[in-house]
Amino acid sequence: MTDKNRVVLTVITEASLESRLISAMESHGVRGYTITDARGKGQRGRRSGDWDFERNIRVESICSAEVAAKVSKELEAKFYRDYAMVLYSYDVNVLRPDKF
Amino acid sequence: MTLDPILLFFVLGLAAGLIRSELRLPGQVYELISIVLLLAIGLKGGVELAQQNILNLLPQLAAVIAMGVALPLVAFPFLTKLGKLPRPDAASVAAHYGSVSVGTYAVAAAYLATANVSYEAHMPLLLVILEVPAIVVGIWLAKGAAARQNWRSLSHEIFAGKGVVLLLGGLMIGWIAGHEGVESIKPVFFDAFKGVLALFLLEMGVLTAARLADVRRYGYFLVVFAISMPVFSAIVGCTLGWLLGLSVGGTAMLGILAASASYIAVPAAMRISVPEANPSLSLTASLGITFPFNVIVGIPLYHQLAEWIHR
Repeated sequence: MTDKNRVVLTVITEASLESRLISAMESHGVRGYTITDARGKGQRGRRSGDWDFERNIRVESICSAEVAAKVSKELEAKFYRDYAMVLYSYDVNVLRPDKF
Repeated sequence: MTLDPILLFFVLGLAAGLIRSELRLPGQVYELISIVLLLAIGLKGGVELAQQNILNLLPQLAAVIAMGVALPLVAFPFLTKLGKLPRPDAASVAAHYGSVSVGTYAVAAAYLATANVSYEAHMPLLLVILEVPAIVVGIWLAKGAAARQNWRSLSHEIFAGKGVVLLLGGLMIGWIAGHEGVESIKPVFFDAFKGVLALFLLEMGVLTAARLADVRRYGYFLVVFAISMPVFSAIVGCTLGWLLGLSVGGTAMLGILAASASYIAVPAAMRISVPEANPSLSLTASLGITFPFNVIVGIPLYHQLAEWIHR
């Protein structure tokens, strides 16, 4: 029986980080992701989406726990200090483990 | 002189924002409006530019770039010494004030048209050119000359940005098509210019109101800076315009370009290149204080200044 457990890694962060975020994720073996526009409020105040640099995105990716851990570590080191970023993951079961 | 109705739209937006009305232009509409304005400004310049020899402009372009470099360098020590701002914040604010605002330029163009004052056709070119140097100076001020910087991604951010692409694109289309060529698209880009600008200012009023709440947070220094810096810059710009032999309208326009502070291109570039700077501080100054000041008081003032210098 193959292991069908994966994690969903979710990153909510500033839209201006998109390209750098994606290349960091892909460099650790993330194969696919979904990006949606997001608005909300957090430690760094309201993120209204009025301006490009005030827009947030939410990036979700299904990957193995190892990949998620590596990505998290890199994002924390690179972006936590200066950018608005929230990162979390949770376990999911997938039907086609080979895909993720 | 009567108040231009487009300014009343700005005031309406401001009032709506202050009473926390639900009024907002849909995001996509605002995008479209800014695209139309950028293209219209570019087209208008391009049509006129077709009748000139571009090479003659080179010394002027160089002088204007020098001004774009000098203004943030002047602002920076005031921000660090008098304002006691941390270095990255001071550098970011300085960059905002060295760069330009297309919105302010559009209002100035409408103002000068109403006052029947003509100005040199290549002003949109100066508008594009002035966006850039201050960003580079700002990064240099924040990080020092030796700092490692990904110039490739930064230059992509600057030159592939919507503002530069549409302004330059409009200039080229106008240049190639000429007067007769643009006749067919005149209703959208030229005849409707002021109406579109009025809608733009309505939205800008709402956005400005949202910033006003932050003004108190940053204290009086920022208010004083955000009003005195554009006035100083306008004096520099008008003087330079006069030295370069521009017309009264051109001199006023260069003063206005110098006085205006960026709120689109520079914030985006600073967020990527100087992430430790507080983006809300710069935007509060440039959008919350300087933009309304320039639009309502500044533009007529700088026009007077240009006339006075030429006397």
